[in-house]
Amino acid sequence: MCQDPTRRALILTALATGACLASARPSIAEEDLPGSSERPQKGDVLVFAEGDRAGEVIKPQDLQAGGPPVRAWPKDPKTSVVRKGSRLNEILVVKLEPAELDEETRSRAAGGVVAYSAICVHTGCPITAWVKAAGGDKDVFKCVCHNSEYDPRQSAQVVFGPAPRRLPALPLATDDGSLTVAAAFIGKVGAQQAR
Amino acid sequence: MALKQWLLSGLLASTCLVSVAAAGPIENYSPVTTERLKNPEPGNWMHYRRTYDGQGYSTLDQINTSNVKNLVPVWTFSTGVVEGHQAPPIINNGVMFVSTPEGQVIALNAKTGDEYWRYKRQLPEDLFQLHPTNRGVGLWEDKLYLATTDDHLVALDAKTGKVVWDTKVQDYKKGQYLTLMPLVVDGKVIVGGSGGEFGIRGYIVAYDANTGKELWRTFTIPGPGEPGHDTWSGDDWKTGGAPAWMTGTYDVDTRTVYWGTGNAAPWPGETHPGDNLYSTSVLALDPDSGKMKSYFQYHQNDSWDWDEVDAPMLIDLQRDGRTIKSLVHPGRNAIFWVLERKPEGIKYVAGWPFVYTNVWKSIDPNGKPIADPAHKPGIGKRVEFCPSLWGGKDWPSAAYSQKTGLVYVPANENFCGGFTGEKVPLVAGKLWLGTKPEDIGLTPRPGATHFGELQAWDPATGKKVWSHNFPKSQLFGSVTATAGDLIFVGGTNDRMFRAFHAKTGELLWEQKTNSGIVGMPIAYEVDGTQYIAVQSGWGVDAQRIQDALVGKVPGLENNVPQGGVVWVFAVKK
Ligand code: FES
Repeated sequence: MCQDPTRRALILTALATGACLASARPSIAEEDLPGSSERPQKGDVLVFAEGDRAGEVIKPQDLQAGGPPVRAWPKDPKTSVVRKGSRLNEILVVKLEPAELDEETRSRAAGGVVAYSAICVHTGCPITAWVKAAGGDKDVFKCVCHNSEYDPRQSAQVVFGPAPRRLPALPLATDDGSLTVAAAFIGKVGAQQAR
Repeated sequence: MALKQWLLSGLLASTCLVSVAAAGPIENYSPVTTERLKNPEPGNWMHYRRTYDGQGYSTLDQINTSNVKNLVPVWTFSTGVVEGHQAPPIINNGVMFVSTPEGQVIALNAKTGDEYWRYKRQLPEDLFQLHPTNRGVGLWEDKLYLATTDDHLVALDAKTGKVVWDTKVQDYKKGQYLTLMPLVVDGKVIVGGSGGEFGIRGYIVAYDANTGKELWRTFTIPGPGEPGHDTWSGDDWKTGGAPAWMTGTYDVDTRTVYWGTGNAAPWPGETHPGDNLYSTSVLALDPDSGKMKSYFQYHQNDSWDWDEVDAPMLIDLQRDGRTIKSLVHPGRNAIFWVLERKPEGIKYVAGWPFVYTNVWKSIDPNGKPIADPAHKPGIGKRVEFCPSLWGGKDWPSAAYSQKTGLVYVPANENFCGGFTGEKVPLVAGKLWLGTKPEDIGLTPRPGATHFGELQAWDPATGKKVWSHNFPKSQLFGSVTATAGDLIFVGGTNDRMFRAFHAKTGELLWEQKTNSGIVGMPIAYEVDGTQYIAVQSGWGVDAQRIQDALVGKVPGLENNVPQGGVVWVFAVKK
């Protein structure tokens, strides 16, 4: 594990053993790699942001229908740079029943797979929960910072809480069986204004 | 200078900060001196709780129990932002400074509500704001000080709103942030860091008020070789929390600053074995050096998220036939603490539960509470405990009336809660609670008749003198007492601002406002007229409690609109 070059693995390892940080060779920080802080671009692939398969490319069959969402980073397939230099690039990917999606959402989906910014537009917390909506029985994205809820079937519109607008959607396509970015985020990522 | 020109020069001077002038600058500003801070004029409110002792008491009595029924709004001012507006308006001889979420300060004519100037901090796009709020500005000479959620301390010219200096305190990307009102002591601006949920090591830090130069920094978790370090295991001290995110109180006579500290991180105590000094404690510090003089830990190995960040009030109590220079703190851990400031350090005097708790079995003679393991959260098991993690009283402050000798507590009764502890690896800048945030529960006790409770306690005897219950709401707002025998408080989900009789608890006046009030009420005077002011603007934890109650309390009002407004009241002549 100590050879794993990703920053997260390094931190985890350091916590687990307390030994690896000291021996890690200085390297270019993730956020300094060219393109790592740029927003997702057309043609980027999506990779798992965490878990055993962190860094691996996500394919639709990796996702469980009906959720929960998977956290992902965009990755430039040409340079292999994972765009995790900015937390504003974190993405939620969820596979849903295509029939459940409204037209606009379906137009951005790859099969039933849809993707959104993982950063809550209220005050910029990460969205972490997939729970039954406060006002219904469908699972929705929930930001536990101040309880905003977004329905990914309806362009992630706000169904509860203080968030002022929907989550930016990331249009998807499939290429060679992998999920790819079809267009840039629709809407401004992060809090409503520079809060 | 013409407005346009002034704006341009402001923009040129700084790329990330903008000051916007409206009707300013302020003429004849009264410089704030050490003497004025020690003995603030009755008509002013220049500290977080008006005076260094943290009592939240105004000696003004023009508005009193006989005329409070004629209290009417005289002006209001929309702040333009949403979320929890928690700051007291700060008053210096007719000038009001209001801080709001998003790092905004508005300078207003305290008599008319006209705007002098407005400062808006441009916060970074990628900021993670768990507590998007601000609790006020500190004053010194002709400057004021704002602590920001992107972890900067900013000095503004009080007359113009122009940035004088801007110091980075720590790195917001690592979960470091500031929400408190700075404490100014003898030209030093003292702040403490929030961020206990991010695996930080808490600290209190002082800056030179004129230059922004750091003078000292005292970590609330002792490092290797420092006393108390052995109360932590392994490297837990590096990430163990103990943030210090509320303004301290200050004993002018002994030159001692008292500061409350937060819980250890992450929440389940099993993940950080030991007593975990100096989490959930009050620290006594030398304001010149930051050196710790003494401490008292309210509870050990916190596992309930019961931080004790609201600094204790300094009150001279008559107890057992003598004057006790006390520290009084109604704790988040449900215990009402009376401690003594002795020359040799802080000593326990008395403690009793002020709301129902099933966690504490007893308090030993040294003031150490003994926990029932059945109600202490651990790894892999769901544990229920009372009060909930928001505690018997969270950060909103109690007040002390020098006239009645009573302490007024914004308490929450009959709320229990629980969570399942889990071991979670720390990732810098991410939440690190030791449980899934969506797993946190808030449950009314079976048969509960009310939740919020404004309580009046006699700290000398430990007797509850009166209480006012709120059947359908939490009470989540700071209390202010006045010499008019009035207690002012908002804090409920019906958007009301209320005045109670300090002696009897009788509800004497109420006014519905635009939003819910989590802000701190204040009293002030301009040109011989007394005013009461408060910010209405619901959000943050008051809202979180509200959302957690949906579906659990029949008839609960959950439509509390957001949006901040400064309200100013006076008696109709
Ligand atoms: S940041 Fe998500 S609800 Fe506030």
